[in-house]
Amino acid sequence: MTIATIREETCVPRFARGTRLQYDRVREQWFVQAPERAFLADAVAAEILQLVNGKRSLGQIIDQLTEKFSAPRDVITQDVMSMTQDLADKQVLLLA
Amino acid sequence: MTVPGAPKALPPMSLLAELTHRCPLQCPYCSNPLRLDPRAGELDTATWMRVLDEAAAMGILQVHFSGGEPMARPDLADLVRHAVSLGLYTNLITSGVLLTRDSLKNLSESGLDHIQLSFQDADAQEGERIGGMAGAQAKKLEAARLIVEDGLPLTLNFVIHRQNAERVPAMLELAEQLGARRVEIAHTQYYGWGLLNRDALLPDRAQLDATEQAVAAARTRFGNRIAIDFVTPDYYAERPKPCMGGWGQRFLNISPSGKVLPCHAAETIPGLTFPTVTEDSLEAIWQDSPLFNLFRGTGWMPEPCQSCAFKEDDWGGCRCQALALAGQASATDPVCHRAPAHQRIEQAIAARPATPPEFRYRRYNNAP
Repeated sequence: MTIATIREETCVPRFARGTRLQYDRVREQWFVQAPERAFLADAVAAEILQLVNGKRSLGQIIDQLTEKFSAPRDVITQDVMSMTQDLADKQVLLLA
Repeated sequence: MTVPGAPKALPPMSLLAELTHRCPLQCPYCSNPLRLDPRAGELDTATWMRVLDEAAAMGILQVHFSGGEPMARPDLADLVRHAVSLGLYTNLITSGVLLTRDSLKNLSESGLDHIQLSFQDADAQEGERIGGMAGAQAKKLEAARLIVEDGLPLTLNFVIHRQNAERVPAMLELAEQLGARRVEIAHTQYYGWGLLNRDALLPDRAQLDATEQAVAAARTRFGNRIAIDFVTPDYYAERPKPCMGGWGQRFLNISPSGKVLPCHAAETIPGLTFPTVTEDSLEAIWQDSPLFNLFRGTGWMPEPCQSCAFKEDDWGGCRCQALALAGQASATDPVCHRAPAHQRIEQAIAARPATPPEFRYRRYNNAP
């Protein structure tokens, strides 16, 4: 089973209340803000999370990133699925 | 104090804003200093607004509004709203006893991100005895219910000691029942009021082990639903904790009267000058004040820290604990097994009386 089959691409991710993506102008880095902690979002995570708005589905996010980076769709799919699952486990994202 | 040409310190990540030392509770392990700031000396709203402006500009990401009981300040929601407008992540650390449907609605609409609600015990009678406030538990339970109903993420905080350790399983169940997303099971830290009450608070090894087992079992049961932060009592630790993530490295604290401190207990260290927000900017204090440079980095460290492989993991431990137990703030934290004063920890554990003495409650003018 590949990671891509764990979640349907029709899932719509959104940030749980009390969590968000934020650009830190002082450090010039993206952070995920969450209760009692702020953790660094790496370049890949930041690209994905900037597209999370509670309306776009995982499939639409994958499509947009595939086009933006001219990368194979299955590579992007792997990144998007594993990262959103990881952040759902950390109670940062809700996947509905 | 800053050496010319020395690299600038990285900006702090978070600010603990102690808005007031006033509090309806009188917990005997309170992290506030023994000498509490009176209401008359508290910073006004305009000064706190400016401090928040400065905090956001220098790169602070999270603001923790604390106290005392921060909800005793009528301007709390205004400060939250201002912090939110600056992009700061806002956390309220409260006892919940002053929280009402209206005050919560006001905070929620101001954009508050998260609430950390303290409980003294899962048992109402014991909790109210420990906190020294009759009727507190019902108010806290109602506060938790209102917070969850609003949808704000809730963390429950329990401070653990010899008189409530056996009820850690019940505390974890309470967190689950109330709908908390996180729970902190934090063993008492022993400085200030906690040190004063150490014999009444310090658990024995068997009690500590039982709390660790309860947390491990709950972690398995909760999975990803509820996160548990466990803070070990460092008297039983092998190595000291990296207090505040290192002095002047990640964190700053502002007292009700505006003193800027590297940790909330720093005022216990004698002979120091504490800069204030009314005299200087937060950025200047962080970068250039003698206080923040005193124990920053590793240059100040004595042996055995200086040649220790872990010196950038634990940053020499806690300065206030070094002072309290070894008599010198620049000493190696006696918690460390290699510290010259480590026997002070062993003595404290050995001298622990079988029956806990009465609490000396945290009150204005109740410290020696």
